Amino acid sequence: MSFSIKDPMMMREIILDNYQNPRNFEEVEDQRYITIHMDSASCIDDIYVYVLFEDGKVKDCKWSGKGCAISSASTSIMTEMVKGKTEEEAKKMMAEFNKMLANEDYDEELLAEANCFKNVNRQPSRITCANISWRGLEKAMNEEDKKHE
Amino acid sequence: MIDPYKIRSDFPMYHKHGGKFGDKPLIYLDNAATTFKPYAVIKSEEHYYEDITANAHRGDYSLAHEVDVAYEKARKTIADFINARTDEIAFTSGDSMALNQIAFGLGHKLHPGDEILLSEAEHASNILPWFIISQRTGAKIKYLPLSDNHVNLDEVEKAISEKTKIVSLAMVSNVLGYLLPIKEIAQIAHKHHAIMVVDGAQSVPHIKTDVKDLDIDFLAFSGHKMLGPTGIGVMYGKRELLDDLPPLLYGGEMNARFKSDGYISLEEPPLKFEAGTQNIAGALGLEAACEYLNQFSFDEIHAHELKLKRLAIEGLLANGNAEIYNADNDTGIITFNIKNVFSQDAASYLAEKGVFVRTGQHCSKLTPDLIHTDSTIRASFYIYNTVEDVKALVEACKHAEDFLDVFFD
Ligand SMILES: Cc1ncc(COP(=O)(O)O)c(C=O)c1O
Repeated sequence: MSFSIKDPMMMREIILDNYQNPRNFEEVEDQRYITIHMDSASCIDDIYVYVLFEDGKVKDCKWSGKGCAISSASTSIMTEMVKGKTEEEAKKMMAEFNKMLANEDYDEELLAEANCFKNVNRQPSRITCANISWRGLEKAMNEEDKKHE
Repeated sequence: MIDPYKIRSDFPMYHKHGGKFGDKPLIYLDNAATTFKPYAVIKSEEHYYEDITANAHRGDYSLAHEVDVAYEKARKTIADFINARTDEIAFTSGDSMALNQIAFGLGHKLHPGDEILLSEAEHASNILPWFIISQRTGAKIKYLPLSDNHVNLDEVEKAISEKTKIVSLAMVSNVLGYLLPIKEIAQIAHKHHAIMVVDGAQSVPHIKTDVKDLDIDFLAFSGHKMLGPTGIGVMYGKRELLDDLPPLLYGGEMNARFKSDGYISLEEPPLKFEAGTQNIAGALGLEAACEYLNQFSFDEIHAHELKLKRLAIEGLLANGNAEIYNADNDTGIITFNIKNVFSQDAASYLAEKGVFVRTGQHCSKLTPDLIHTDSTIRASFYIYNTVEDVKALVEACKHAEDFLDVFFD
């Protein structure tokens, strides 16, 4: 992988690129997808995360809506990362991502491009921007689990 | 003339910390959200807790009497501040509670087919209570059209009819800071026998408010936006309307007597609206805030805020990267965006430079349709803001496109 966490310029570029050219950005009406709406009074972000689970896997993940650069780029990167992963793998990524934001030791390799958000916690108010879609994914997983109870 | 440097020595947020927050100069430009408190306000709350703690309107002993005197003196000072009578102002927890008391109190006057007139620039606190009242009564909500963010009195004439029972408007909008001609609107409302309610959250702290001269029926405002404590606010109402207004809260001290069969006889206004133990320290603090503001004239305050706003606009225009939505408004609120930068990204960048502004829809979720943007940055000035604050804002905005710098070395 040409990606390097040691290269701040590159990480900046990745954030900007995902903000300006968001991946998997599409409104989904397909009923098989679980739709999670993430918005709150304290934040302007208004983001929908759509997740299609199949056989214990995240078969597909899309998103739509509006948010700041950090939340948009992080959501875009997340959808790329979790697509095709098993739920367990996706959960592991989420856990590592949260550790990173909490300034704890974490698995850099597993997080790939999501390492761009390593320093987001320099502005504590932005942590909720960076993890908005991950929180959405977690909600989607909980809903999926409920279906199988 | 307002001397913000001198004023700062009265405010511990500046004075106690050498004008800094952390290791940076404190550039606080979010006064529309809440304001700093002078020592006088804090001392006044302390006085209640340290010297005269007892409940109000309850005790037969001298200490309790002293509290009653202090509490009712506070009511008098605050009533004078808006030229009301003391029996016309009730303490509330803030502007939101006052508006809820007004809306829920007026609900019984409404019938299907009646209309409540609001504007699209209202704060959630002056919209949501009316939504609920509208659902309960079948009265319809209508919005006053704002052309170019200004209210045109011809439009007001057109919007108000015999169906209009209530007109409820912010004298100054918290998003765009335009000042509405409330006196003229109240005249039109009264011609049609409608009740005029004014949300004074953003006007009472900055503009001389004389309820008699404006001839409005109700007014709501919060202490914390005018140098006072949080958790205290005021509902003003004309006495004959207060007599006819059922309380929102029931409990101790607001009833004269009640019987097991459900009979209640209420206290007279304003006490009938003050159920339960009140925020006594808050009332004394708000009194001190009014007294503090009374040393200035509102003309001075307004001139100071406008001077800062004009400077900010000049600077932002010279920077060349700002889009300003309310350059021509009449208050110290400036609402803008940095071109091609999401408001929150820009505000976080400004925060990194020590410049504290607000982003968002400012609780007025209907306004985006008015200014055609999802969210904005808002800087709002008050008496302790300086020309240096404005310079810091303008300087910080200059390169706000580089907002990602914060996260990389
Ligand atoms: C115009 C307006 N109305 C109402 C409110 C609500 O005030 P409070 O939160 O003090 O009840 C605000 C405060 O943001 C406001 O700006």
